[in-house]
Amino acid sequence: MSTKPEAETDSSDATQDVSGPGLAMSRAAIDKELKSIIADVLGIDTEEAEALGDDSGLFGHLPELDSMAVAGLLTEIEDRLDIVIEDDDVDGEMLETYGGLLTFVEAKLAES
Amino acid sequence: MIAAWQAPCSEGRTSEELLIAFDESREQRVLILPAWFDEANKMRRLTVQMMRVLDQAGIDSFLPDLPGCNESLVPLKEQSVSAWRACALAAVDHVGASHVLAIRAGALLAPPNLPGWLYAPQTGPKVLRGMIRARAIAAREAGREESAEELQELGRSEGLTLAGWSIGPQMFRELETAEPITGDMHATVEQKKIGGAGLWLRAEPGDNEEQAQALAKIVAGEGAIQQ
Repeated sequence: MSTKPEAETDSSDATQDVSGPGLAMSRAAIDKELKSIIADVLGIDTEEAEALGDDSGLFGHLPELDSMAVAGLLTEIEDRLDIVIEDDDVDGEMLETYGGLLTFVEAKLAES
Repeated sequence: MIAAWQAPCSEGRTSEELLIAFDESREQRVLILPAWFDEANKMRRLTVQMMRVLDQAGIDSFLPDLPGCNESLVPLKEQSVSAWRACALAAVDHVGASHVLAIRAGALLAPPNLPGWLYAPQTGPKVLRGMIRARAIAAREAGREESAEELQELGRSEGLTLAGWSIGPQMFRELETAEPITGDMHATVEQKKIGGAGLWLRAEPGDNEEQAQALAKIVAGEGAIQQ
């Protein structure tokens, strides 16, 4: 154990950077990243998250996905996809199904 | 492993709080400042898992409860960032810490003159934003409209219950601007160094042996831990 910790400078593992700045993300790339975030929140495998379809229920359908978990989900989407989600944007429809959330995130990315 | 410590409170009083201690009077003594509120539950098992790994690697570690947390007899509503900073300093003295490992919002309390690590540090505004957002979502689901602005006003003047946590006005106001006080004594440990997704993201508390090992390895130094 060192007495003074080394600064962590390794930045080679840029797993969160899905697209470079200024490059529009494809729908498939957004879908992949969104499923990865949901997998992290629900603690499920990527394969299980792959099974999510447009009609798959989220908030109000999965008991573990309560308001605090949804708030964390939205914050993670903001951080990983570099968008800002306003409080007025958040409504039941966008959170109810996977398709609703995907459409919302796509529209947000198109704005930015 | 289960001990207690006296945390300083206002007006010179103290409050007896839980202390999880792996203490064999070894040279390296790491004070753990845990994650807060909702994240505290989600990170608890990982935190103690990591302490067990450190113990096997010959390193003492200490996880003090802060007043108002877990089984504390002191109300959370009376706590503040500045009061908890004073508690963190008292905990350093109590355990004779050589290092600090602060997790998430615990980084807001890390004493700048004690060497150590900030694991995925969280700022005060981000802590508040997530909790206010959770309250607004819950209210909307219940058919009520609560704007973030109204909630902020109320939080500053009277305090707020956010996601079940009773945040007093002083805590609220301090969180609006609180940042970790970092100097060159602290290294930031990002989640990509640990691997996988941060457990604070999980909808429900979980654990992860690999992540506990990875974090302990960073604290102990490479090579100190046998997998």
